[in-house]
Amino acid sequence: MGLSKRIILPGSRTCPTRARLKMACVLVVALSLSACGFSQPVDGIQDPNERLNRRIHAENIAFDRFLFRPASKVYGRGIPMPIRRGIGNFAGNLNLPRVVVNNLLQFRIGKALKHTGRFVINTTLGMGGLLDPATPMGVEEDRTNFGETLYVWGFKEGNFMELPLLGPSTDRATVGMIVDLFTNPLVYMVPSPENAIGVFSAGLAKVGDRYEYSSTIDSILYESEDSYAQARSLYLQNRRFELGVEVTDDEVDEIDSLFEDLYGE
Amino acid sequence: MVNDVKRRTVLAGLGAGVVAAAVPGSAMALTTAEARRLIDDVVSEITRVINSGGSESRMLTQFERIFDRFANTAVIAIRVLGADARSASQAQLRDFTVAFRRYIARKYGRRFREFIGGRIEVDSARAVKSWHEVQTTAHLQGEAPFRIDFLVKEAGGRNLFFDMVIEGISLTKVEREEIGAMLDRRRGNLDQLISDLRNTG
Repeated sequence: MGLSKRIILPGSRTCPTRARLKMACVLVVALSLSACGFSQPVDGIQDPNERLNRRIHAENIAFDRFLFRPASKVYGRGIPMPIRRGIGNFAGNLNLPRVVVNNLLQFRIGKALKHTGRFVINTTLGMGGLLDPATPMGVEEDRTNFGETLYVWGFKEGNFMELPLLGPSTDRATVGMIVDLFTNPLVYMVPSPENAIGVFSAGLAKVGDRYEYSSTIDSILYESEDSYAQARSLYLQNRRFELGVEVTDDEVDEIDSLFEDLYGE
Repeated sequence: MVNDVKRRTVLAGLGAGVVAAAVPGSAMALTTAEARRLIDDVVSEITRVINSGGSESRMLTQFERIFDRFANTAVIAIRVLGADARSASQAQLRDFTVAFRRYIARKYGRRFREFIGGRIEVDSARAVKSWHEVQTTAHLQGEAPFRIDFLVKEAGGRNLFFDMVIEGISLTKVEREEIGAMLDRRRGNLDQLISDLRNTG
């Protein structure tokens, strides 16, 4: 989890406004419905919109360089680490009901129970989720989202895409993100102005992550000779790993024939 | 056809060169226990260097040596070059392997700084396809633990790891992208790339 957090971030993650989301929603659903149906090799990188994606990537880099990264420095240096961590815990805890819903949709009852237990422990003993006593008790978080639910249901990954402000994604992951705006029961249970605290704390947690994993993210965005290709590769590999996608036959063949060439009789 | 034969000879030559120092006659299939032992050694060597308190440049040299001793640098270098390995001469492949080893030790060695005070635990080993995968967990101070897998395969009588996979991210695949981008920037000039890799950082 440690590294994945660092790696999913390359663009940046803040919270887009509702209107923008709505627009993106329509656009992306239309886009992905057309793409999700095709079968494809899971190993390769499918990126037919590379030109557009690279343009968005350049904008994301500019956004990071001039706004997100400097802001994260101010935040990281201004707020002491325990408080930053508390905010991260708090945001993660508020997200747990969404995780449970997705566990159920994936028919993973054991995980749903575990995360329910985690939510109860951290909300009570952990003072509303600011602390995380559940992890040392062995009840760690095993993050999931609706993108994974779609994977479990058999939907294909679709094309790679880089989203404005949000960074690398795929058709499937983007649809998942949009659906996940509606999968957290807390949003419906907490009255309107107060429930914005979830989005707000999640946004702060992202800023905190940008600071915490600064050296890794900087090395990808600013020290690579092709930061777009790096971010794309890192995102896709890590995403597939989290979903439990196995090594492909093509890759096995490639490795076996190379060893045969080098060391074979 | 001709290309294929040429590639085979070149690769075989390179392999022979790299493995020349290996002990002959021990070319038995690698067992899970042996794979695990190899990575136990790698991890304890890395830990020793990190906690030695040496200067950065000394640590980087030591990482390069560890990489040289335990990793199959020939396989990694060829896989990283991908299609470009096919058009390379044997001398170019050899030079690239050496330059790449230095580049990789420095690039990743710098990051091992973050491991100070942390530890890597070897969890398990299992056979996967034609190789062994040794799973380890890195516990860094103030961070959620994350997984590092080593892919181990017997090569000409020696057990070596040919890839390192951090949370699903293969060093080989990441560097294939990066080296590919570097080659594109140099209009495919491998000699230029080799000399740049030798001189950076």
